[in-house]
Amino acid sequence: MSDTNHSSHKQSFWRTYIFSTDHKMIGLQYGFTSLIFLFFGFCLVMLMRWQLAFPGQPVPFIGKFFGEANMPGGVMLPEFYNQLGAMHGTIMVFLGVVPLAVGAFGNYIVPLQIGAPDMAFPKLNMASYWAYFLGGVTMLVSFFAPGGAANSGWTSYPPLSNIATMGQTMWLFGMVLLITSSLLGAVNFIVTIIQLRTKGMTFMRMPFFVWAQLVTAFILLLAFPPLEAAGVLQLMDRLAGTSFFMPSGLVISGQPLTISGGGSPLLWQHLFWFLAHPEVYVLILPAMGIVAEVIANNTRKPLWGLRMMIASILILGFLSFIVWAHHMYLTGMGTVISAFFQTTTMMISIPSVIILSSLFITLWGGSIRFNAPMLFALAFLPMFGIGGLTGLPLGLAIADIHLHDTYYVIGHFHYVVAPGTIFALFAGVYYWFPKVTGRKLNEALGRLHFWPSLIAMNFIFMPMMIQGLAGVSRRLYDGGASYAHAQGVLHLNVVMSVAAWALAIAQIPFIINLFWSIKSGERVKSDNPWEATTLEWSTPTPPPHGNFSTPVEVYRGPYEYSVPGAQKDFTPQDQPKV
Amino acid sequence: MMPDTIPYTTHERPDTGLYNAKIGIWLFLASEVMLFGALFSSYVLLRVGSTNWPLGHTILNVPIATFNTMVLISSSVTMVMAWASLKLNNFKKYRLYLGLTVLCGLIFLVVKGFEYNAKFEHHLFPSTSTFMAVYFTLTGLHGLHVIGGIIVNAYFLGPGSKMWFKEPERLTNRIEVSGLYWHFVDLVWIFLFPVLYLL
Repeated sequence: MSDTNHSSHKQSFWRTYIFSTDHKMIGLQYGFTSLIFLFFGFCLVMLMRWQLAFPGQPVPFIGKFFGEANMPGGVMLPEFYNQLGAMHGTIMVFLGVVPLAVGAFGNYIVPLQIGAPDMAFPKLNMASYWAYFLGGVTMLVSFFAPGGAANSGWTSYPPLSNIATMGQTMWLFGMVLLITSSLLGAVNFIVTIIQLRTKGMTFMRMPFFVWAQLVTAFILLLAFPPLEAAGVLQLMDRLAGTSFFMPSGLVISGQPLTISGGGSPLLWQHLFWFLAHPEVYVLILPAMGIVAEVIANNTRKPLWGLRMMIASILILGFLSFIVWAHHMYLTGMGTVISAFFQTTTMMISIPSVIILSSLFITLWGGSIRFNAPMLFALAFLPMFGIGGLTGLPLGLAIADIHLHDTYYVIGHFHYVVAPGTIFALFAGVYYWFPKVTGRKLNEALGRLHFWPSLIAMNFIFMPMMIQGLAGVSRRLYDGGASYAHAQGVLHLNVVMSVAAWALAIAQIPFIINLFWSIKSGERVKSDNPWEATTLEWSTPTPPPHGNFSTPVEVYRGPYEYSVPGAQKDFTPQDQPKV
Repeated sequence: MMPDTIPYTTHERPDTGLYNAKIGIWLFLASEVMLFGALFSSYVLLRVGSTNWPLGHTILNVPIATFNTMVLISSSVTMVMAWASLKLNNFKKYRLYLGLTVLCGLIFLVVKGFEYNAKFEHHLFPSTSTFMAVYFTLTGLHGLHVIGGIIVNAYFLGPGSKMWFKEPERLTNRIEVSGLYWHFVDLVWIFLFPVLYLL
């Protein structure tokens, strides 16, 4: 396991673990930080679910720790509920899922899969992690700002966000740091994938996961700057008294505002969704990449229609930039514009369906190994399918008029992100854990993690759709209790909340598994325990600094499983042709 | 730390014809285009939606801005000359031209400072009107980019130039990359000048 190239470099603790420039250590830093943020964001929503299920009743046991400003007598105030909602969305998307999918898996796996010694710009890579870390700290600290954290929803729509408390300013500064981080990361990923592919690793021999990361990096690179622009404009509005998003004649609590006016709240929505719709694909593409790797490996078959999948993901990346205003049908932007965005939205569902169908067809006739990573990857397919299909009515203006801003929307995108993306990320953790640590995660605990999670998630998100169809709005402090039309579906609030807490309990086996297996898990017998074909399994375990102990060359495509006439049912990419 | 372990930091990769940093800077500039593109689009949307939008030259000082445009364009020329001097192995000329580039950048900022000050004296602030808000935000953000460029170039003029004696080709590449950024900053101003001052 010793490293021939770099064995002379004995590095200090700080260089190795804290300010590391090694892509693997940075990937692990990203992984741990983002898992903690994921759990923290989940805790926020578990608090909210108490208020939704039992509005106005004091939170048991922990309610008294939140202080008089947030929970007098343990009863959650509406202002605090709004903070929890805004920060749940922000933390889950920008500090949890994306850093885990891109920062952690991308950083660790991409250079290994293309046969590179490291990322192209190791120092930028480190800077990217620390910008992310500072952004995260800024978000956390904002809970202690006067008036608490940002409370205008994760979308921060003005004018509300312009007049919100100081937490919103900190939210904006935090976002600028996170955007900087993702910019540095995106440049690094693209350059790495274009430049550092090893000998023989042509574009069409790249694993699907690398393609997914490449397209994701392009989306991050080009979609985030408009949000940065929007952030700068909102900072100017809040700090320098400009009126970019403040219309003339604005009256707040009966008082006319003394501002120059002339701004447009709609402008924010355009800039925000220009990022935030492509962001959805940032959330889902790496997940598709992970699922593709796991499915090919565990069906022992090549991915069906790999070239078509690659074409689809490229088209997906391109189209994701011209669908953003389907979030804005109800803003009165006009039927012609709505028609355009309806058309592009229907178009973008085609490549998604192609990728999903290819993965389904890959299962056909395979001798499937039902291990923990595969279970999560398999569950991803129907769960993401539900998420995607329930999105279609939202993409059509006529149906969206009824469904806009209801719990239907919440159910829809949580199906995409939670049992979709997060399950794929779990699949990735179970799949690549042996490469990182040399030990497997425990299978029994993995199943104990998987099945309750799957059931609980459906009991959380399916009732949301039912409530949404009944017309219950999102962001209601009392979960709809004061609305006549919500009375018939109110009981579902308790179901969803209990399921959410059950989901938390279902994560305990995972947390135990993660820590227990690092020290005491079953040791892998070879560097390639899953008998996979891609290059990351040709490195020593764990990969040393510089990754490959000998120069690696690629001779074949990424998924040569069960090739007729081959000695074994897998042929690694670096096995020469005879 | 160990530049030798990562390939194509100095020399081109044969099949792409580029070294790493050159792709990196082009990608970075692509994202910058999106940043300023979003701001210009915002300007268009706000202007189209407003009832009376002042003509730039009635409020802003066109002669001063014209002078500043000249200064910035000249600095782009000297930037190219600095790079070309390294290509021609003339280290002395390189320092002269890069020094001139930094100087032009500083002149631009000083002039801009006087311009801002004059606006404040006439009680024109970002909060005065949406036009002034756009003016201060766009020129301010551009100014930050100029400061960034000056810092990088000043580093290559001072401590960073020592690289010439060990890895001359690498320094030449760095100047090319920093030059690409500097030309971009120049180009943004060439859009800003007519949009804000003339139209």
